[in-house]
Amino acid sequence: MEALLTCRDLVKRYGAKTALHGLSLTVEPGRIVGLLGPNGSGKTTLIKLASGLLTPTSGEITIAGHAPGVETKSLVSYLPERSYLSDWMRVEDTLRFFCDFYADFDRRRAEDMLQRLNIELDAPIKSLSKGTKEKVQLILVMSRDAKLYLLDEPIGGVDPAARDYILHTIISNYSPESSVIISTHLISDIEQVLDEVIFINQGQLAMTASVDEIRQERGMSVDALFREVFKC
Amino acid sequence: MAWELRQDRPIYLQLIETIEQRIITGQYPAGSRLPGVRELAAEAGVNPNTMQKALSELERRELCFAQRTNGRTITEDEEMIKQLQHQIALEQIEEFLRKMKDIGLTREEVIALMNTKGEA
Repeated sequence: MEALLTCRDLVKRYGAKTALHGLSLTVEPGRIVGLLGPNGSGKTTLIKLASGLLTPTSGEITIAGHAPGVETKSLVSYLPERSYLSDWMRVEDTLRFFCDFYADFDRRRAEDMLQRLNIELDAPIKSLSKGTKEKVQLILVMSRDAKLYLLDEPIGGVDPAARDYILHTIISNYSPESSVIISTHLISDIEQVLDEVIFINQGQLAMTASVDEIRQERGMSVDALFREVFKC
Repeated sequence: MAWELRQDRPIYLQLIETIEQRIITGQYPAGSRLPGVRELAAEAGVNPNTMQKALSELERRELCFAQRTNGRTITEDEEMIKQLQHQIALEQIEEFLRKMKDIGLTREEVIALMNTKGEA
């Protein structure tokens, strides 16, 4: 099957600063991938390029064979690292918003998840805590039937019980046709959910491996390996 | 037997061990139907591909069989299950004896200690 995400010699510069420095990688369908790297390594830049919010300086990035653009918006479900829900909305309004924007949005799925996490449909967004806002956004993003889910720090702000529920959602949402890319620093929380990890450092690919390869060959967790490789 | 996964060993090996224990203890009885990959993955909180890998390995060892329709069933060979129990018991005993040796006990001392345990 065709790769869902392909990067070839991808370069992104912001003025004099180079965020991505000739990155090449592919993500096949049916994978849950951890995108790992220290702060400022280029994780968010890569995710923004894949979602079409940024354009490459040079090199190529494709989603299921298409350059990011209008037709990939329906393939990609993107969770940004920051909140974008409007304060004047209620939770229910955000559902309607997603229904209008995305043909693949499954409102029932979103309502079920909101209920599981005790989030009221008529709650005003501005009344929600930071963590609850993050939960709402993640629920919206995961309730689409997309091909590629790009989750930028999805679990950083939420409590451990909700974290477990979110990971459970990612597992039960698994499909052999779609892939999930999760950028996070909370590696030990998610590593048993991942097939493989992509380590990037200073805008370059440092390593790709499956979680069990790392554990088998090095006798350590991905979390421990990260701490070793990026030791300060 | 709950899914207790350690951080420093391959996940699929630990999944195999847990399923083996469930077969031995009769939680998954001989000849019974095994829950589906997704269900098991969700229960264990692991990636479905990793669970699939564990199940494929159990199939290779003929502890379970893929059914033509869908799903898997546990072997009906009770003798094989008995052997598996025996083999796991031996591994555990070896591990235990190694630890006892590490704290300076001889085999005889360990046996004597085990015989007194629970009597006092």
